[in-house]
Amino acid sequence: MLSRKIMLMQGNEACVEGALAAGMRFFAGYPITPSTEIAEIAAERLPKVGGKFIQMEDELASMGAVVGASLAGLKAMTATSGPGFSLKQENIGFACLTEVPCVVVNVQRGGPSTGLPTLPAQGDVMQTRWGTHGDHPIIVISPSSVREVYDMTIRAFNLSEKYRVPCILLMDEVVAHMRERVELPDKSSIDIINRKKVASTLSDYKPYMDYDSDGIPPMANFGDGIPFHVTGLIHDISGFPSTNPKVTEDLINRLMNKINNNIGDIIEYEKLYMEDAETVIVTFGCTARSVLSAIRVLRQEGLKIGMLRLKTIWPFAHIAIKELMQSSVNTLIVAEMNYGQLLETVKASAEGAFRIYGLNKYNGELITPQEVIDKVREVAEYA
Amino acid sequence: MATLKELAQVEERFVGGHRLCAGCGHGISVRMVLNALENDENVVVGCATGCLEVASTIYPYTAWNCSFIHNAFENAAATISGVEAAYRSLKKQGKLKDDFKFVAFGGDGGTYDIGLQSLSGAMERGHKMVYVCLDNGAYMNTGIQRSSATPIGADTTTSPAGKVIPGKQQPRKDLAALIAAHNIPYVAQTAISNWQDVHKKAKKAFEVDGPAFINILSPCPRGWRYNTPDIVDLVKKAVETRFWPLYEVEDGKWKLNSKPKKYVSVEEFLKPQGRFKHVFAPGNEDLLKRIQEEVDKQWLALLERCGEEPELPPR
Repeated sequence: MLSRKIMLMQGNEACVEGALAAGMRFFAGYPITPSTEIAEIAAERLPKVGGKFIQMEDELASMGAVVGASLAGLKAMTATSGPGFSLKQENIGFACLTEVPCVVVNVQRGGPSTGLPTLPAQGDVMQTRWGTHGDHPIIVISPSSVREVYDMTIRAFNLSEKYRVPCILLMDEVVAHMRERVELPDKSSIDIINRKKVASTLSDYKPYMDYDSDGIPPMANFGDGIPFHVTGLIHDISGFPSTNPKVTEDLINRLMNKINNNIGDIIEYEKLYMEDAETVIVTFGCTARSVLSAIRVLRQEGLKIGMLRLKTIWPFAHIAIKELMQSSVNTLIVAEMNYGQLLETVKASAEGAFRIYGLNKYNGELITPQEVIDKVREVAEYA
Repeated sequence: MATLKELAQVEERFVGGHRLCAGCGHGISVRMVLNALENDENVVVGCATGCLEVASTIYPYTAWNCSFIHNAFENAAATISGVEAAYRSLKKQGKLKDDFKFVAFGGDGGTYDIGLQSLSGAMERGHKMVYVCLDNGAYMNTGIQRSSATPIGADTTTSPAGKVIPGKQQPRKDLAALIAAHNIPYVAQTAISNWQDVHKKAKKAFEVDGPAFINILSPCPRGWRYNTPDIVDLVKKAVETRFWPLYEVEDGKWKLNSKPKKYVSVEEFLKPQGRFKHVFAPGNEDLLKRIQEEVDKQWLALLERCGEEPELPPR
């Protein structure tokens, strides 16, 4: 029998543990509340497993170092919060275009600007999608519990390695600093995905050639003995710069299709209390915890309420909204700690199929179960 | 030279009500610098993200008896650049009559690291401003992470002193020399244990026609782990052991302001601090030696720049 590993763990700690389990061997970071513990724990843990921690002079540098380390062949991660995430954007865009696998943890705090450094928020939803300029692919996933932080950090590495795209682990201050009883899975039960390597039989390697017709070119490491060219300029399959319209269009299409053609693999969501639900609360991250306790209360009163919890934020789970159209659901409430960032996306996705309301809070305090209950009752009156 | 009596009569720009820790160097440093202003002088203060900004501006209080702007972590110098440039333009157009001084405060993280580019730009453009770095040798506001100002050997949360790696492995960046290389009118390094030195240097910095930079050693009780009432004695030891020499660079001319008379080992400065506790553990003798060598090396380089005899005092 396997021995059970049960411990009291903080979200930020689970993030490092998950990253190490996924094979992270490089972390470049910079202190910023409420993500700092991730850097601190990585500083302590990485050298003990033969990995490398470096503290950089700012967030731009941290992201740059992560890109460099990943090209050198290490699974690399950085962690930050709002202001630092803003600073990382240029390098994130570089990683998107050059298809460098990496994980960026954004522990959300109140914004904009320095905002509310020690308080929770979910205000970076749109920034994770479109924070860097230009059309680009990106994957964003968001955990609601400490155990899920562990699992999703592993998943972030797996998705990033598999699709050669930066993956953003979108946490919030509550999930990051909360301590919960956690049972970690046995290491042997964890699936690890590594980036596709260049076949040894291949001669004349073209770093951006779609050899396998899946949109994902195999990746050589600097130092593998296969020199190749990496640039933030639009490039052809050889990696060298090009301004050719056809080359440009083909590249952007391939980058976007890496995500678009694998929606089923990338998108994850959880549906609870849905069998007869008429009102569904769409939510994610820490807010899902309040929503769930509110639903348990409302269900005892006989109200037909369900929850759709998005685990993948981007690409957006249009499929989950479409599924609701085939059910008894007639009302959606989008609960999020921002001014309504996901709300607009849900509305667009629903194409007028439901009555849709936002439950939004952006004052540094959590949405409480009572506020969810009040909103459900308020919305019921409009019906 | 101001007397203490005179200093007691100046209008305080940084007043009580802030929540800096007991035994923190920031409040002392800021008061000493701003008290070098004349009572009738107006000042605009810019502040980088950090303990000073957080602890002096907790709603609904402020400790700033003057105009104050906090922008972000990396851009105090850039923000004050903008204020100063606009002021000069308004002044030139005759739209503003009063005279203003401009000062930016940043910690070592916001100055040596993330704010270095912004500071360098401001110094090169020649804004008439004073930039003051409150150097406590780590990111204390986020919980004691190493910075490029952290001394070699120090224990921080991101350079933890363990069995294999005994704390930070790199010596600190020589920031004052780096800023002096911008050939600005005034650069100085000072310490709160020598209040006349701080006062004199702040006065010069405010008076020169162009940018000025002052680096002040500003101990942090949480990060350094010393007995809080001993803060000034500890700074005195930093100066006596040559860990933190007092000097200035006026129009490119380096000058040593005080030369310790007797040799005091850097141990005297390290010993009262918890962040160096491991340095004195058996087996780490080499580390202590390395720290002393680094201090000696920097000291000799400074003597040479200042045109002093290049010799170490007898041990």
